[in-house]
Amino acid sequence: MTEARTLDQTLPVHGRGQVGTAWWGMLCLFATEGILFGYLIFSYAYLGSQGYSDWPPSGPPALRLAIPATILLVGSSFVLEWARRNANRGNAGRGRIGLGITIAMGAGFMALSLKEWADKPFALADSSYSSIYFLLTGTHLAHVALGLAALIVLFAWSIAGRVGGGHEQHRALATLYWHFVDVVWLFVFLTIYVSPRMV
Amino acid sequence: MSAIADAAPGQGGRWTGPLDPKPPASPNPAEVAERLENIWGDAPGLRGWFGTVDHKTIGVRYMITSFVFLILGGLEALVMRIQLAQPNATTLSPEQYNQLFSLHGVTMIFLYAMPVLSGFSNYLWPLMLGSRDMAFPRLNALSYWLFLAAGIFLYASFPLGAAPDGGWFGYVPNTAREYSPGPNIDVYCLGLIFLGISTTVGAANFVVTLLRMRAPGMSVNRLPIIIWGTLTASVANLFAVPAVSLACLMLWLDRNHGTHFYDIAGGGQPLLWQHLFWLFGHPWVYAIVLPAMGMVSDALPVHCRRPLVGYTLVATATVATMVVGFGVWLHHMFATGLPVLALSFFSAASFVIAIPSAVSVFSWIATIYTGRVRLTVPFLFFTSVILLFVIGGVSGVMTASLAFDWQLTDTYFIVAHLHYVLIGINLFAVVGAIYHWLPKMSGRMMDERLGRWVFGFMFIGFNLAFLPMHWLGLIGMPRRVWTYGADMGFSATNLVVSIGAFVFATGILLFLVNIATALRSGRPAGPDPWGGPTLEWAIPSPPPVYNFAIIPLVATRHPLWEDQLDEGSERSQLASGFLLDNGKETLGVTPLDGEPDVILKMPGDSLLPFAFSVAALVLFGGLLVGSAWIAVIGGAAAIIALVVWFRPHPTPEACEKVRIYD
Repeated sequence: MTEARTLDQTLPVHGRGQVGTAWWGMLCLFATEGILFGYLIFSYAYLGSQGYSDWPPSGPPALRLAIPATILLVGSSFVLEWARRNANRGNAGRGRIGLGITIAMGAGFMALSLKEWADKPFALADSSYSSIYFLLTGTHLAHVALGLAALIVLFAWSIAGRVGGGHEQHRALATLYWHFVDVVWLFVFLTIYVSPRMV
Repeated sequence: MSAIADAAPGQGGRWTGPLDPKPPASPNPAEVAERLENIWGDAPGLRGWFGTVDHKTIGVRYMITSFVFLILGGLEALVMRIQLAQPNATTLSPEQYNQLFSLHGVTMIFLYAMPVLSGFSNYLWPLMLGSRDMAFPRLNALSYWLFLAAGIFLYASFPLGAAPDGGWFGYVPNTAREYSPGPNIDVYCLGLIFLGISTTVGAANFVVTLLRMRAPGMSVNRLPIIIWGTLTASVANLFAVPAVSLACLMLWLDRNHGTHFYDIAGGGQPLLWQHLFWLFGHPWVYAIVLPAMGMVSDALPVHCRRPLVGYTLVATATVATMVVGFGVWLHHMFATGLPVLALSFFSAASFVIAIPSAVSVFSWIATIYTGRVRLTVPFLFFTSVILLFVIGGVSGVMTASLAFDWQLTDTYFIVAHLHYVLIGINLFAVVGAIYHWLPKMSGRMMDERLGRWVFGFMFIGFNLAFLPMHWLGLIGMPRRVWTYGADMGFSATNLVVSIGAFVFATGILLFLVNIATALRSGRPAGPDPWGGPTLEWAIPSPPPVYNFAIIPLVATRHPLWEDQLDEGSERSQLASGFLLDNGKETLGVTPLDGEPDVILKMPGDSLLPFAFSVAALVLFGGLLVGSAWIAVIGGAAAIIALVVWFRPHPTPEACEKVRIYD
């Protein structure tokens, strides 16, 4: 006669700590999104290297807004990490404060980026440079907006008590995505602002 | 397995307890089966129909939908062959012909070849891996609904005369607004981006499923080859699909918002399209054959009654093919005026691909040669794959040579080559695989005698249609022309090709009849009609909704052949093991070794994937007709669906005690 018996050992549900099935899924998302930015940067380099005119046509873009924006975005990753660790340790208050500051910093980055767009002397349809400039920065900005939306939703859930101490994996996913968006920005920054200054 | 048994108990809440190696006990008592049935069954009515997340249902839907597209694409081909059967024919206008060959290519490559393999893999993966579902069941449903929505999006243009008409490769500047002013190419661009989302979420699901959702003991060196094939294709899709999505986005922006990515007057580069398209397109060629080659590698040995020769080499070659495949996209661009040094490098790299391909071919031949062959219908199809693959492969090596390619590019030689490869390795393998696995899916056998007729019509028709095309190409008939003159020497051969196409189509028709009769009145198959070695044959046909009543414990590569093969003393346990029945749950394992690691609570039916797909359809429809409002409504609805999707349970589940069954 066969029967089921219960063992004393236990297995965790979904995963240990932050590494669950969704964590692996997020890595797949990074692979495919990361390579998308790779192709965008390839397109930038291809158009720049194959074109006939100066690249960028109006000289390297100014750093006046880009540097503070970069500091805001990269800094927000550290704040968010601090918030996540606190929330995981059960300090929900610090977690919320950190999350709120991160959202504010991300919004600041978006505002600076949009200001820079508005100040540009060229428009999307002016030349191949303007086209790839707006597409590359715009694709990144769309990712920032999506990340920001995710953080805002997480913030609201945290206020409403829907995400609590045990929801490590939810926090991990939002945080990972935000770090990813920041790392991608460094490559975008190198491409748009630094590479024209190196030739 | 041994690693499980040897591990010391009680390390940090991890399940490490020993499992006594007992002989298989009697299978699931009715009470357990009934409970699992209740847990895993679909909700009743429309909610269950639109909301199901069962991988088997989704897999079958994928296969049926892709076969509908195969038939549509085939009808398009037949109409073209009527037009080309005689010189100076006027059945079609040049515009109609352009739409037909473009839609034929888009259909066969994007809406049939990849989705049919996704369908098979969706159905077979959890059964072969000894799991109860895929890693993300809702994402699985989403990938199907998105595929269907994108297919409808592409095909809705057809009755309006606005179907894509720039070839499946959409080369600029031919597809620029200037030369193609209608909405046709916008449909193409948006349709491919739409479909790309489906492919990407599907690919991520396969990768994570492989990492987590296997039976304990199923280490990476015990995976069936189809798993290797689909895994490789899925990883490739993650890296390749963004290239074509970006290329299409840029083309759509060029056409609708005046950007200058491809427009030389504004500093753009037409060749950028080809680079991005083939950075995607070349790996994609392997993505639509590697899982099919995996089917042959897994099913052919069953009909040869011996294990596959050179398992490790074939698995390695599968991965190697894809790695090299990413580095040879330029061989689609030999005639575009690129520097000769670059061309020479890519020509040499293209030759290298022959090596891993040959590994698979020689492994199959050796399996047949050393096996005890049964001349079943699946066997006939799988051996024909080998022959057609060799012919297609040899013409591939020919076109990898620069001098030869410069003569033959854009002739029917290329058409012949790509059909040998794609039909030869994809369709023949798929049809063979349906003969092989339909008994598992339906519980009924297909008729062998009718199957031989199907094979005869398909094999003879195929070769009659495509072998002479090589000749047409060699004597200079260009591809993508809607007609030709009577004095050009193409007439007789074209008639033969057209006759072959209809013979081939008759074979497909008979095949559908064969499926229909099998489903209605086929002989009952039983759990293991072919005597297969892998886990899917250990459960009833058709499989119960929960797949495995008890998660099996795998000890070798061929769990059902252990007694015959004598691969050592270890034995898989198919009837005693983890019994997970506290709700909808299955077992997660460590990525490499396949040791039990976590309990995974699986989501139930959900309308969210369907809702998201409808929202996406609204979004893309809005973009197509140029209505920002419709697009914004669709986009907002999609985001709301995502937020609801990710909404957490207020209290996360804690660790659970494990129940085993012995």
